[in-house]
Amino acid sequence: MDEHVIHRHNHGIDPVLDAWGWEIPVYLFLGGLVAGLMVIAGMRLLLARPRVRQPMVCWTAGPWIALALLSVGMLALFLDLSHKACVWRLYLTFQVTSPMSWGAWILLAVYPALAANALLHLPVALPALTSRFPVLRRVSDRLLARPRVVLAIALANIVLGVGLGVYTGLLLGTLGARPLWASAVLGPLFLFSGLSTAAALLHAILVLSSPAGERPAFADFLIARLTRWPQATPPAGEETGFAQAPDPARLCSRSPLQPRALRVESEAPELLQADNSFLTVEAALLGTFLLGHTTASAVHRQAADLLLTGPYAAVFWVFVVGLGLLLPLTLQHFELQHRIRHTLAPSLLVLLGGLVLRFVFVQAGQASHWAATALH
Amino acid sequence: MNALSRRRFLKISTASVLGAGVAGRAAGLCSGLRDPLDPRVRTVPTFCDVCFWKCGAIASVRGGRLWKIEGNPDDPLCRGRLCPRGTGGIGAHSDPDRLRTPLIRTHERGEEKWQEISWEEALDYVATRMQKIAAQHGPESMALFAHGIGGTFLKHTFRAFGSPNIAAPSFAQCRGPRETGFELTFGEGVGSPERTDIANTDCLVLIGSHLGENMHNTQVQEFAEAIGRGASIIVVDPRFSVAASKAKHYLPIRPGTDLALLLAWMKVIVDEKLYDADYVAEHGFGFESFAAALQDCTPEWAYPETGIEPELIRATAREMARHKPATLVHPGRHVNWYGDDAQRSRAIALLNGLLGSWGRKGGFYVPASIDVPSYPYPDYPEPKRGRLDNPERKFPFAGEAITTGIREATLSGQPYPIKGWMVYATNLLHALPDQAATLRAIQQLDLLVVVDVVPSEIAGWADVVLPESVYLERFDELNPEYFRQPFLALRQPVVAPPHDQKPNWWIARQLAARLGLGAWFPWQDIEEYLAHRVRAAGLSYEELKEKGVLLGAPQPLYFEDGAPAEFPTPSGKIEFYSTQLERAGFDPVPRYTPPEPGPPAAFRLLFGRAPMHSFSRTHSNRLLSDLMDENCVWVNHRVASRLGLRTGDMVRLRNQDGVLGNRVKVNATRRIRPDCVYLVHGFGHTARGLRHALGKGASDAELITRYTTDPLMGGTGMNVNFVTIETKD
Amino acid sequence: MARYVMAIDTRRCVGCMDCVVACKTENDVPEGFNRDWITETVRGEFPSLGLEIRSERCNHCAHPPCVDCCPTGASHVHERGGVVLVEGDKCIGCKACIAACPYDARYVHPDGHVDKCTFCIHRVEQGLLPACVSVCPTRCMHFGDAEDPHSDVSRLLATRPHHTILPEAGTEPRVHYLT
Ligand SMILES: Nc1nc2c(c(=O)[nH]1)N[C@H]1C(S)=C(S)[C@@H](COP(=O)(O)OP(=O)(O)OC[C@H]3O[C@@H](n4cnc5c(=O)[nH]c(N)nc54)[C@H](O)[C@@H]3O)O[C@H]1N2
Ligand SMILES: Nc1nc2c(c(=O)[nH]1)N[C@H]1C(S)=C(S)[C@@H](COP(=O)(O)OP(=O)(O)OC[C@H]3O[C@@H](n4cnc5c(=O)[nH]c(N)nc54)[C@H](O)[C@@H]3O)O[C@H]1N2
Ligand code: SF4
Ligand code: SF4
Ligand code: SF4
Ligand code: SF4
Ligand code: SF4
Ligand SMILES: [Mo]
Repeated sequence: MDEHVIHRHNHGIDPVLDAWGWEIPVYLFLGGLVAGLMVIAGMRLLLARPRVRQPMVCWTAGPWIALALLSVGMLALFLDLSHKACVWRLYLTFQVTSPMSWGAWILLAVYPALAANALLHLPVALPALTSRFPVLRRVSDRLLARPRVVLAIALANIVLGVGLGVYTGLLLGTLGARPLWASAVLGPLFLFSGLSTAAALLHAILVLSSPAGERPAFADFLIARLTRWPQATPPAGEETGFAQAPDPARLCSRSPLQPRALRVESEAPELLQADNSFLTVEAALLGTFLLGHTTASAVHRQAADLLLTGPYAAVFWVFVVGLGLLLPLTLQHFELQHRIRHTLAPSLLVLLGGLVLRFVFVQAGQASHWAATALH
Repeated sequence: MNALSRRRFLKISTASVLGAGVAGRAAGLCSGLRDPLDPRVRTVPTFCDVCFWKCGAIASVRGGRLWKIEGNPDDPLCRGRLCPRGTGGIGAHSDPDRLRTPLIRTHERGEEKWQEISWEEALDYVATRMQKIAAQHGPESMALFAHGIGGTFLKHTFRAFGSPNIAAPSFAQCRGPRETGFELTFGEGVGSPERTDIANTDCLVLIGSHLGENMHNTQVQEFAEAIGRGASIIVVDPRFSVAASKAKHYLPIRPGTDLALLLAWMKVIVDEKLYDADYVAEHGFGFESFAAALQDCTPEWAYPETGIEPELIRATAREMARHKPATLVHPGRHVNWYGDDAQRSRAIALLNGLLGSWGRKGGFYVPASIDVPSYPYPDYPEPKRGRLDNPERKFPFAGEAITTGIREATLSGQPYPIKGWMVYATNLLHALPDQAATLRAIQQLDLLVVVDVVPSEIAGWADVVLPESVYLERFDELNPEYFRQPFLALRQPVVAPPHDQKPNWWIARQLAARLGLGAWFPWQDIEEYLAHRVRAAGLSYEELKEKGVLLGAPQPLYFEDGAPAEFPTPSGKIEFYSTQLERAGFDPVPRYTPPEPGPPAAFRLLFGRAPMHSFSRTHSNRLLSDLMDENCVWVNHRVASRLGLRTGDMVRLRNQDGVLGNRVKVNATRRIRPDCVYLVHGFGHTARGLRHALGKGASDAELITRYTTDPLMGGTGMNVNFVTIETKD
Repeated sequence: MARYVMAIDTRRCVGCMDCVVACKTENDVPEGFNRDWITETVRGEFPSLGLEIRSERCNHCAHPPCVDCCPTGASHVHERGGVVLVEGDKCIGCKACIAACPYDARYVHPDGHVDKCTFCIHRVEQGLLPACVSVCPTRCMHFGDAEDPHSDVSRLLATRPHHTILPEAGTEPRVHYLT
């Protein structure tokens, strides 16, 4: 092998690229999470087309949490910028070939979409607020009364959510200079990771807010819809959670985050089901990604080795694959079978796995290099 | 009796001086003039001083700030291009570690504890101490170490003071043996800049001489041209130098055995009658006895010594002969290697003589210079006692003063005591072998004055430190260069010194005044002195200021063009057989003695240059240290893996006398023989004032506790030290 | 339409770094950063070794991913010679371009914006050569218009074997190395 010396010592570049620290992984994680929350809320809205409000956590808590997390994420992104004074330049132009530019504009559109969804469910989410400002309730009712608007809000959240999720992956996926990232699979991978973490987060909220001992009565409503929609129709007599109007007083007098207000028994399992399928798809995509790399050029194989056998292998296998995918999959599987109680554990693991996934990819990606073969 | 004092470098009268080429004006470059391309920019021509090559340069000042420095297109030495040290030279001006004001010692020598004092106090102190020493021991007991053109005026002051003891490391630690070897053979030395005609050579032989790392500008530029021309290049070096990577033949010689190789080469050339017979017949003396002396020096004999296969020796000898006389066996420059250096250099001279390359195109040209009369000073007083660096001409063929000779005299007090040193622009603790001896000598002194620009190691031991302005901030002595193209160059200030630093001429003049030697400084201001000399040479000082260099008319460079083929040796010919040497009891034809082997499992310590640094003087220059911050120890990669070492690992070197070097990174490389290690010279600073450079890399000097003295000229062979590598730390 | 390229003769280059320090002074490159740098590749076994020394910098690629990924247009292709430049006060410092460059030719300037080799366009537009080219003591660097068949870069590239770095990265580098 050749002896190779580079006489360059640029801070942040040498010996290994270190352009991005903690901010970008955090931003990518939160971006994915928000994307997931939007898609789930949007999907559900699309499927249910409710004429009356339901205290579904994905509608009530979801948009608000998303708005908050998105802001935190954008703060992280901002903190990473080394030339902050010029940040406004982002919005003076649209660069078609630049994911960053796409992202900037998507983020801008995400806020109103989330806001609209939040507003739609405001009276069940924050009854206190709407009773204080009736105008809010009136606007919300107007929206709810217009199926097209509801549909639009649903689609906006789904489309923008998918866009946001895919973008967080393609941001890296389009940087071919770093062999580890050079893959279109990163888009869907990060999207589904986002979905799984979102479902996990919602489920965690439910569990936190559900009184001990309460168990889900039956399952797989949403999943049935998800898989058989649009033909699928709710089983007759079933409490769909949409068909009949629950006592408005009950709904509106209590915050959805108060235990009994939430429909743990119906929503939690749906979320678990969803989460498991998301995790499954995510695992499949991760497999595809690795397979793609290991069967590609030597450079890409070396890049993949950073995760599989190299310096990042331990973290990758333990936190991303083990604790982040396999373990929660099994736990949630048993929870659905009522073999074990619903706990926070699987949700927290999924969230942790999602976060570590972003860190590992950003770090290992920066360490991967085209010259790897030539250099060392 | 010996011919060494005689110099016959051609001096041309200024009747034949040309105006400088128009390139300078075309580029809109003239002194203090605005750059047409950018009105904020002012340019000043001067010449570089980061090493002793003295390239003509044009400095640009932008918005009052020293911006950059570039080669002066009119300058024949640099032809518009400086070396990296020259380009980065402006970093010396902005170096935050610079000395700012005169300092006087407040604690023990070497503790580097100072009090800032005024120039008046400092110079008064120095003058009184010098007079005290003169009164007690005579003025000869003050010695001056001065390296480079900046020392001119202090030397003048010292000669006026009555001391003959003036020396620079450029002889006994640098090129002395080469000058001696060539003078013994051709009656003339090679000089600096070397009179090597690399520009036109068809076959270039480099023995050591690591051009490309050794960045003497003209040589490197011509070396590149030789490569471009496809000249055949032969490199002899235990290390795969950059030059070696350009060579057609690379000979990875066993260190210290070059003389065997040279003799074998000559043997082949003589036996196969490949030498320039007419040239040797016409100019040679004692060829037969020379040929006879080579009797046993066959390639087969040289093989076990040098490790170079006989066939490769023959092939390279024939290669040289094929291109004669345009074959240049480079005389090298830093040749104080093993103590047999003058004889090895003489062998190189003889080989060139055989090939007929001395005075021939592609070999050695005949240099010329513009005749610039010296300033009409009163004669110096005749010292009562002569130089003591070389008592009873112990070293009969030493053409210049021997630094280490002065050091020995200081230690022994023989033949007479030395009680004061003034040190100008030489970091004796890095430049001289055996630091301990230098420090012992310093302890014998009543006075040690160091004139420097940064708080160097030697300055750390001074009683008084005088801060000089750097070359970009001062006038200096004129440079009427001996070169292929005679020329006269001027150094002039580009920017003002940032603090209370003063130029050497001012220091020398002020000191002289205090020593009552005002008569030797009749001029008030340096420009008065410079203008007088330039005009005395029949040239325009104003034009010189504007252009930086004035060219003399080209002279015939080669014998065939009418350059006088004179050899100021006793025989008046090229002495293949040296009766001088014979009479003095040395080998009249060089004879090989194998180098002393080192302790088992130890590596010979070799050292050399890095292109972006000069000795120990550029490491606090932020522009240059940014290119190379520390040196590392080159270790053969197989040896390294045997020792479990990888590139970047930290080790220490311990030499045969138990001296432990500073921590240094390993460079595990296949570019060096397994029996030696290599350090770039000058790193491993210990002076606390050199904040940036302190403790970075290892110092070769501190590990060079031993040296072998050349019996002919007193040079200190320094490649005779051995080290082991200590990994645990 | 000119297309500026460099042709660097690795047979002449001695790795002295004059090109590096000249760039630093000409362009006020901050301490601790390089717009250009030297790499050495040693091949073979002692003593039959080969050493290639290269002076490297931004390759001003024909397909510059650093430009594609820039969200503000700060990284752009200059109309003159296809030189890839960064407009400091358009740059937000997102570092996407840094991650996008297979040659690690960019860095974040202490002032916040991204910086890199400009092919000394400010000099070229004045009819001067890039600082690194004009300083090189071995005259091993050549700069010029590859579209002009009479330029010495065109001549050299037509007559001498040459290669680029990491061509497999697919950016079509415009700094060529003569071997
Ligand atoms: N960049 C830069 N250039 C400089 C200087 C500087 O400080 N910096 N200094 C200038 C000055 S004053 C001088 S004197 C010159 C010195 O430069 P040179 O005259 O070239 O000095 P050398 O000692 O010949 O060069 C050291 C080389 O000799 C090799 N060597 C060591 N031992 C042996 C041996 O036994 N046999 C052979 N054949 N080779 C051996 C080493 O491996 C190394 O490659 O450089 C000049 N140029
Ligand atoms: N171990 C070892 N010893 C060697 C060599 C080696 O390679 N290894 N090389 C030998 C050779 S070839 C030579 S030529 C000599 C060189 O030996 P020196 O000429 O002594 O070289 P430096 O070590 O650079 O010391 C120069 C000193 O002058 C100071 N200085 C620089 N510029 C100025 C200035 O403008 N004015 C003043 N007043 N001071 C200034 C610097 O700060 C530094 O302290 O060393 C010889 N000794
Ligand atoms: S060789 Fe380099 S350092 Fe020496 S004088 Fe010339 S430019 Fe200056
Ligand atoms: S200046 Fe020229 S010779 Fe020196 S490293 Fe740069 S390209 Fe090579
Ligand atoms: S080398 Fe890097 S920075 Fe330069 S153009 Fe190519 S990709 Fe962009
Ligand atoms: S760092 Fe600056 S130049 Fe690079 S992509 Fe971001 S905005 Fe563009
Ligand atoms: S072209 Fe100019 S900017 Fe680019 S490396 Fe050379 S000197 Fe630096
Ligand atoms: Mo020297």
